[in-house]
Amino acid sequence: MQLFPCPFCGPRDESEFHYGGHAGNARPDGAGMPAEGWAGYLYLRPNPKGTAREIWVHMNCGEFFVMERDTVSHTVLSVTTLGGEHAA
Amino acid sequence: MTASRLAKGGSAIDRSRPIRFSFDGSTVHGFAGDTIASALLAGDVAVVGRSFKYHRPRGIWGAGVEEPNAMVDVGGSLASAPNIRATTEPARDGLVTRSVNATPTAQTDRNAFLDRFARFIPAAFYYKTFMWPDWHMFEPRIRAMAGLGKVDRDWTSPGIADQINHHCDLLVVGAGPAGLAAAKLAAGAGLSVTLVDDQRKPGGSLAHRAGDVDGKPAATWVAESVAQLAGAGHVILPSTPAFGIYDHNLVGLNQRHFDGRPDTLWRVRPRQIVLATGAIERPLPFANNDLPGIMSADAALVYLRRYAVLVGRRVVVATNNDSAYEVAAALAEAGADVTLVDIRRDGMPDTPAKVRLVKGQALASASGRLRVEGVTLDDGTRLDADCVLVSGGWTPTIHLFGQARGKLAWSEQRAAFLPGDAVDGIAVAGAASGAVSLSEVFASSVNAVASLGETAEPAPRSTGPESTGGISAAWPMPGSKGRIWIDYQNDVTAKDVELAARENFVSVEHLKRYTTLGMATDQGKTSNLPGLALMAAITGRTVPEVGTTTYRPPFTPVPLPSFAGVRVGEMLAPLRRLPLENVHRASGGVFQEYGGWLRPAHYGGGADADRSIQDEALRARQSVALFDGSTLGKIEVIGPKAAEFLDFIYYNTMSTLKPGRCRYGFMLSENGVVFDDGVLVRLDEHRFVVSCSSSHVAAVHARLEEWRQDRFGRGAVYIHNATADMATLTVSGPNARKLVETLELGLSLDDAVLPHMAIGHGSYGGDEVRIARVSFTGDRSYEISIRADRAEPLWAHLRQAGQAFDAVLIGLEALMILRAEKGFIVIGKDTDGTTLPHDLGSDAPRAKRQADYVGRRSLFTDEASRGNRMQLVGLTVPQGEAPLPTGGHGITRIEGRLRSQGFVTSSYQSPTLGRPVALGLIERGGARHGEAIEIQHLGKIRTATIAAPCAFDPAGDRLHA
Repeated sequence: MQLFPCPFCGPRDESEFHYGGHAGNARPDGAGMPAEGWAGYLYLRPNPKGTAREIWVHMNCGEFFVMERDTVSHTVLSVTTLGGEHAA
Repeated sequence: MTASRLAKGGSAIDRSRPIRFSFDGSTVHGFAGDTIASALLAGDVAVVGRSFKYHRPRGIWGAGVEEPNAMVDVGGSLASAPNIRATTEPARDGLVTRSVNATPTAQTDRNAFLDRFARFIPAAFYYKTFMWPDWHMFEPRIRAMAGLGKVDRDWTSPGIADQINHHCDLLVVGAGPAGLAAAKLAAGAGLSVTLVDDQRKPGGSLAHRAGDVDGKPAATWVAESVAQLAGAGHVILPSTPAFGIYDHNLVGLNQRHFDGRPDTLWRVRPRQIVLATGAIERPLPFANNDLPGIMSADAALVYLRRYAVLVGRRVVVATNNDSAYEVAAALAEAGADVTLVDIRRDGMPDTPAKVRLVKGQALASASGRLRVEGVTLDDGTRLDADCVLVSGGWTPTIHLFGQARGKLAWSEQRAAFLPGDAVDGIAVAGAASGAVSLSEVFASSVNAVASLGETAEPAPRSTGPESTGGISAAWPMPGSKGRIWIDYQNDVTAKDVELAARENFVSVEHLKRYTTLGMATDQGKTSNLPGLALMAAITGRTVPEVGTTTYRPPFTPVPLPSFAGVRVGEMLAPLRRLPLENVHRASGGVFQEYGGWLRPAHYGGGADADRSIQDEALRARQSVALFDGSTLGKIEVIGPKAAEFLDFIYYNTMSTLKPGRCRYGFMLSENGVVFDDGVLVRLDEHRFVVSCSSSHVAAVHARLEEWRQDRFGRGAVYIHNATADMATLTVSGPNARKLVETLELGLSLDDAVLPHMAIGHGSYGGDEVRIARVSFTGDRSYEISIRADRAEPLWAHLRQAGQAFDAVLIGLEALMILRAEKGFIVIGKDTDGTTLPHDLGSDAPRAKRQADYVGRRSLFTDEASRGNRMQLVGLTVPQGEAPLPTGGHGITRIEGRLRSQGFVTSSYQSPTLGRPVALGLIERGGARHGEAIEIQHLGKIRTATIAAPCAFDPAGDRLHA
């Protein structure tokens, strides 16, 4: 059982977290987006061996955050709370 | 009489407390402190079980967790479990034990004849033989013969197993000399220490091997060390095997109690770990080396010194290493006639007194029927023996290290795999790290604690005689004569390994699966290394080239109740409950689970539930119905960007909603599929309530949070799930307004003030209430929300006042009929994972909305614009016919073959209309109203007519009636 450091709660068992997708999958805005680009946003997922940047949510407190971790060694490299980058 | 209890001695037993238990129907006598195995040995029970495949007689091999042979099914008032190792299970008064894989008893097993056919049933025999014509023909009989112990089907756990989460600076696994030393060193350095051991008493090898520490007898040093640690508040857990190391060094412990209580599972999160798990003695390869009476030499010393059991009178001790010399000396001292057979010619320790030494010889074979009677040496010499003790060297117990992904390094000198590269936060000490003498052991403890970055002093000193680690490898060799057992528990012989190699199952993982070497309850603790050494010899590789199989938890079997903990029965998936559950029960509510909620399906009705449901649905249309809608989602969205946020979340524009009004809408997934539907309430400019589906609250909440945190920012929008805060009581029907008026809520119910899709605020009994004119029945409805803990008087008032209107309580089943009459959908029932909003007739936002919203782009793909999409329709059948089967497929015929055009999603008998109503998703259904369609279900075909989804009051007049 891995320990994930929730930015809000600190280290907690992995069973309290849900995977939320890979980080950096920016949402393309606008209806003019070509179908291929939209399909990539919807369906194409990297499956890296080694360092991965992923979005996770701590179900207990509701915190979404970006976690960098090594998919081979299961080492957690960093966690960053979601900034709401579109926020004013 | 061969094995016997000595008149004196035995550090583990209490002779003042005799006990009795049964084994295979016979009474066995012992003392408190005995294991089942030591008591059986003391009673000279040689055959304690039968082997898995050939039903060979098997005796006790070891004295600990490695035991491959001596398994028993344990019953009686204190316990019930199959395949329990007799060597680790305490003997207790009243236990009922039975040998495994034997009928009627281990001594007289009637399947023993199978051994005579052994040559015809080698490894993989089943795979090859029962392929044709069909494995399933043979499977039942083979399954009936397979397996070891029997599960008692009537047994239920006497309670719920505790599960404890535990944190400490250092976890030390193994309380032998290495573990105790490491624990003391770490405690001295100021760490909080937890020390665990699978045995009932700390001490490990010091409980039966000679040695002095710091000038004191080992036993004294152990007792003092334990007292010192416990006195300083460190946690010491005997009878608690560490069965697994998981990700990020979570360690699983299973604490045993032996008093009828279920075991306790410990989840330990130590900052650091010292593994002082010792080593396990290996057998020697010779023909018939599985006969009862052939034992681990070290185990014989355990039985002698801890339990005062002398395992034989005429004893042959066969060895390839120094460790058996102390055993030979001790048994001779205790009165046995001991011959020591060493494969080495020189470099051995001094020959003990009263022991005959035969050097440069190995055992070629053993003879005997139900127990060993003698051995033949390589040179043909025959020695009579009633017990043969063997030591083939020591395998460090590096299972936990391997589970933690530690790499192993082969040591030719020790003839064993030792821990290789360090694993973060884990150090290995003692025999597990290859140390032999006490001095080496203590030095390894110092190294282990120091390697974790802690000061390690003062180190204990060994001040007595020490064992030495001389060994000359004695692996099984290909082409040996006779049947040489590698894996006792799975009946794998050297010939089976050779067969696997011939058939090219040379990878160690393939070898394991093909021959079953190293499987089952002992997981090859004694057999893995000899097996892969043999494979190495056959294939001309070195042992490290062959490598080991992957180490996986659990190291020792763990009872399922330990893993389950409280998650049994209703606690496996706890249901959410209504605040008024007890009130509904008192009213005859019959409860069922709906999307994780326990809700009244209907009220009363006894055996004829359907009639009761029909009656509720009919009366709801006639006057007024009361329904508990508390499960409905109530997620508040608050903040300066709340409206903008909801515009993005919803398919429908929500920012144009006026305060005090409600709007129905869809939430989509990014792939355009309808995710949830419901009513949005605007309380004021910056405050909304998302009223989502009951079973979808958690998912909708998570989705709102994700978009909020990812896109809008925490300061712009706040989200609060208030679902459980309030109860929502719904009054619906032509007389709904008259009934609500009796509540005197202090607000005008005039339709000009509170029209359909508007909300109002009032109070009841001093508590604020919110009234929403929202209808899921198609009738005039008032959803009244009040603090959950104050809902009961309001409900009682409605029921009391409702009598004048012939009000009816309706459960969820009647509500489903009412909403289906109106063509109102339930997401996930009337939609599936492909349904887009325009499939449900909601075209306007798709056509008109310019702003982006979740899922928008997906509504303009080729797929979304396909002309033959399945669309929501009503399906009607003539009066008098039964309702259509839900799940039945609308079909079309193409060249005589049937093709699905969609399916029935909801179907009910409507008591108000006096005919069935149904909803379905049918290809191009929106343009086919009036068309006939064939519905096929389970081979039967009926004809229905496609219609508009709404079958009742299509103009919606009743909303305002």
